[in-house]
Amino acid sequence: MSESQILKLNSLAKFGKLAFQKQSTPKSKTMKQQSNIFIDENPIKLDCGQMLNYQLSYDTYGTLNADKSNAILICHALTGDQYAASKSPITGKDGWWSKMIGSGLPIDSDKYFIICANVLGGCLGSTGPASINPETGQAYGLSFPLITISDMVHAQIRLVDHFAIETLFSVIGGSMGGMMVLDWAANHKHRLLSAIPIATASLHSSQNIAFYEVGRQAIMADPDWHGGDYYQHKIIPKKGLAVARMIAHITYMSEVSLHKKFGRNLQNGKDLSYGFDADFQIESYLRHQGMSFVDRFDANSYLYVSRAMDYFDLAAQYDGNLYTAFEGTDIRFCIISFTSDWAFPPEGSKVIANALNRVAANVSYVEIDSPSGHDAFLLDEPEMFNAVAGFLTSTDEKHQISNINNGAKHQ
Amino acid sequence: MSHQQASMSQQPVRTDLLLLAEMIKPNSRVLDIGCGNGDMLKLLTKHKNIDARGLELEQSKVNKCVTEGLSVMQGNADTDLINYPDNAFDYVILSKTIQATHRPDLVIEQMLRIGKYAIMSFHNFGHWKVIRSLLFKSRMPVTKKLTYSWYETPNIHFCTIRDLSLLCKGLNVEVVDKIILNQRAQKSSISNWPILVNLFGDQAIFLLKKPEK
Repeated sequence: MSESQILKLNSLAKFGKLAFQKQSTPKSKTMKQQSNIFIDENPIKLDCGQMLNYQLSYDTYGTLNADKSNAILICHALTGDQYAASKSPITGKDGWWSKMIGSGLPIDSDKYFIICANVLGGCLGSTGPASINPETGQAYGLSFPLITISDMVHAQIRLVDHFAIETLFSVIGGSMGGMMVLDWAANHKHRLLSAIPIATASLHSSQNIAFYEVGRQAIMADPDWHGGDYYQHKIIPKKGLAVARMIAHITYMSEVSLHKKFGRNLQNGKDLSYGFDADFQIESYLRHQGMSFVDRFDANSYLYVSRAMDYFDLAAQYDGNLYTAFEGTDIRFCIISFTSDWAFPPEGSKVIANALNRVAANVSYVEIDSPSGHDAFLLDEPEMFNAVAGFLTSTDEKHQISNINNGAKHQ
Repeated sequence: MSHQQASMSQQPVRTDLLLLAEMIKPNSRVLDIGCGNGDMLKLLTKHKNIDARGLELEQSKVNKCVTEGLSVMQGNADTDLINYPDNAFDYVILSKTIQATHRPDLVIEQMLRIGKYAIMSFHNFGHWKVIRSLLFKSRMPVTKKLTYSWYETPNIHFCTIRDLSLLCKGLNVEVVDKIILNQRAQKSSISNWPILVNLFGDQAIFLLKKPEK
């Protein structure tokens, strides 16, 4: 990345408090990690019909082998980012899948070249509504075109092309990331050998659309939102975005996990305040979740990316028959769901598995007994780790990807 | 559908798996219904280069299979075979599970719809020990291999070797091959004597072929 690109990014990213630097800092002694920007020279045609010039910010782990057969693409969730296994420069926290990706971990950076890009429409270095519209010199705001899951995947394909990778060894992701995995598998079936959609669905349910709509309304009702042009007012619609996050966060947990973690415990251990302060621990927790979120996520990005999820209905792209989306597929699938996930319940995963069965695809379906709700896929779930590791290893045994040591380093 | 649920035999009787595997041509596509811990799938994948998939009722076993790299779905022989397309597999195996299905006849029809061949292994309920238990003790048999009492058993449709032969005839299904096993799970040499087969055959493995149209 050139100095001018870094400067440009820093100016783009001021709302995310980002400071992009060319880094090549190993996460651990053995994992090679790089942060980078892919600037596509050609615009992308979006589903809404508009053309868009864009860039993607991405991290990689490990080394691409000589025949470029060991690449795995990781797709992140709505509020995820490219820092799947690297320390986030914004929060300072470990990557959201740092237990999954790394040296000797299920998605092994000693063996695979792992790519994770911030989605199109995101706010962590990839082009989104907070980016500067080159035509106006101002942030896009709501003039940014509506994007879809398929658009996000198209941009990822350009990135994979940029690496001259013909076939990905695997595409893996949870929640919205799982939607992207399904889009890859259905619409670009010759570009991947295996797919692991986790805690996801072939469509965004009415209930999920409803929750996200409440979140979006909260953002848009915040006077600091300014019709999406808060950038010019040098302000963030903090309250609205925090409420949106609080609502969504409830859907990511289960009743059991909430009760176990907080019960009706009082925040300060003593008495009710007879007022509207955060008496209960759960209130305090949610407020904290909401307020810490506004520091790392752009409100308009939240509108756009959640909208992309709402629009996702894979079967609708195939005349309403999900199985036709997968006809003739040679991809090996491992679908994973969690019993207490009510945002993306196991039933939705079974629908995908049954559609794959209908075309005699090679599909495994793992349903993990967990009390952690939708968030389980981000947590320490040994059964998930074991399933992913076993699935990837056996896929590797079948396809015999060449050793990383014989590979060339990607420049 | 699991081996354990259909468990008449808890010990690792792998002889029957080997005999069953011998019926399957290398490089074919196989679905193992009630694949349990995936022993059969492993055998087929490793030694015969077979594209082997499994269907298993118990989720914990499914998860274990996937961890070991096998392609396995959670599902039920009675209700989930309709999800597979016609002729998706060369062989569809139902190993010691037929007795736990609600409609064995429909299951066999489904197996032969989605596969060219169906392979079924099952315990013979016409064995003399079973008859002895009924005749002299007036009790439903509970033995080392039939571990459940009548009120708790998931095994609701026991059959004899002759029963299955007649069912196949009724369904116009050709029995291509038939292996009878003795109590030590070895291949029995009594295969040519129908009455003896029914009395002394402990298990049987049938290779069935789709009826010609």
